[in-house]
Amino acid sequence: MAAEFLPPRILPSGDAAITVEFSRHIDDDANRRVLALDRLLAAEPIAGITETVPTYRSLLVHYDPLQIDFDILAPQLIALAARPITDANTSRHWRIPVAYGGEHGIDLDDVAKTLDLTSDALIARHTAPVYRVAMIGFTPGWSYLSGLDPALELSRRQEPRLRTPPGTISIGGVQTGIQCIAGPSGWHLLGRTPVRTYQLQRDPVFLLEPGDTLNFYAIDANTFAEMDRAAEHGDVVAELAAS
Amino acid sequence: MSRLLATNVGPATSVQDAGRFGAQRYGLTPSGAMDRLALATANTLAGNPPFAAAIELGPFSATFTASDGPIRIAMAGASRSIRIDDRVLPLNQSVTLASGERLVLGAAREGVFSYLAVEGGIIGEAAFGSLSVNARAGLGSPVPRPLQNGDHLDVRAATERSEHALPPLPPSPDPIRVVLGPQDDEFGDAVKTFLDGTWTISATSDRMGYRLEGPVVRHRHGHNIVSDGTVDGSIQVPGNGQPIVLMPDRGTTGGYPKIATVIGADLGRFAQMPPGRPFRFQAVSVADARRAAIAFAALLRDLPARMVDVAHFEFNVAALQNANVAGSAVNAVDAGTWQSESQQDQQP
Repeated sequence: MAAEFLPPRILPSGDAAITVEFSRHIDDDANRRVLALDRLLAAEPIAGITETVPTYRSLLVHYDPLQIDFDILAPQLIALAARPITDANTSRHWRIPVAYGGEHGIDLDDVAKTLDLTSDALIARHTAPVYRVAMIGFTPGWSYLSGLDPALELSRRQEPRLRTPPGTISIGGVQTGIQCIAGPSGWHLLGRTPVRTYQLQRDPVFLLEPGDTLNFYAIDANTFAEMDRAAEHGDVVAELAAS
Repeated sequence: MSRLLATNVGPATSVQDAGRFGAQRYGLTPSGAMDRLALATANTLAGNPPFAAAIELGPFSATFTASDGPIRIAMAGASRSIRIDDRVLPLNQSVTLASGERLVLGAAREGVFSYLAVEGGIIGEAAFGSLSVNARAGLGSPVPRPLQNGDHLDVRAATERSEHALPPLPPSPDPIRVVLGPQDDEFGDAVKTFLDGTWTISATSDRMGYRLEGPVVRHRHGHNIVSDGTVDGSIQVPGNGQPIVLMPDRGTTGGYPKIATVIGADLGRFAQMPPGRPFRFQAVSVADARRAAIAFAALLRDLPARMVDVAHFEFNVAALQNANVAGSAVNAVDAGTWQSESQQDQQP
């Protein structure tokens, strides 16, 4: 661990939020600092902070300007960010089933060709890493993961698709992710998981937390169909193991 | 129990309250009313807490019918004609619909969004503390989507009490105030272009974002940044240099640089800006924005005290009607564009 850190940049985001920026890039160390600050604020709440949104490189801190002044909050955030990082001792590891290719991953074969890999080799490289949930954002349950094999880096599609299916597992740039609900995406679709990272009728509504780790494993289309039915009825389908 | 029937409603009609906060870290969009002052005004008149759920209406005409009992309602926000069968009513006044009466609302003449509050609030099941419609996430109650013709809402029967009015505040011609950042350093001299420019809102805007048309705001280092968090009022600038102001149905994170943020006190006023009308932005400090937030909170808090009993108040309906007619500018909103569910620029 580095002995000293550069202090984060404090960026005003209107009159009711502060962006605490640790890096401008996708950067594993920055993301660990983001998640560490997020945990600190959960453990030692500051009155007036209403919610926090961790991302790859920054923590967005929403606050109530009637309760706390920017000039008081900003130095408190800087002081907390200077504390030594402790990784979560409660982090969880998930095994997430994915049906790769075919109708579930319409871009798999093309991506494999572009990367000069066989489709099976692409699946092997995508299922190998332990990923960390770096952030959840954009739409409910859209989980952005860090840890993609650099050999799978690929720029986004020229034309984003306006609608991609729920559960889509895709890659874009140096990122991979789990998209929970149908929506637009410019990423390449490798497969689908029956796991719902967001399901309103289930407890918990949101399955993953920023900071959780996970790995993917391949399932066939029949298994997907079975698991998808179970998931529809509120089954979590993903396996949880202490990491 | 009375019922309010949506006899004939436009596409941008949905139940909204203060919104759904606390789960943005899971990607859950806050939603909520586009103009909180108008929501609070309508609710106060109807005898409700300021941010009770009400029906948000876009700029189109609409008709509702009361059934199974009397319903007290109040309308605030965009200026539009209000009739109950043949009676003409002013904005910003509560009124009771008898069972079977029709509430006929004209298209917006000034402003975009109106709020139809119902005494007792809208009866529904809250998710994350809110009834607000967020169709993409399947949230909202009593129906998780915009209202359609034939929908009906269960509401409390009107209580016995006199009607109330709130004298409308004069519209402000001031620029829309922003705090620069969080990524104003991505723009260099283009910050001046943004602040000096005259802007209009494109008709291809919706509850997710308002697209701006004006001078091209150029990035210094390209238009892709690593996604970070957004707030209501974030002004992101995509590759074409035409900013988009993120509104309550925004994605919780976004990958375009954000040059500035509309301050909370001005966001409702900005939401009511009709497409095509020129306006400007003005940069203020965080400290000034906080003072504005405190003043705005005081304005909301004082609404009940400003309210007057209609029985003891000579509300000049005829004068108001004349004022409305005089202000009936052409509505620049194109009916086809306010129904878009998603924006192509909004992607991970």
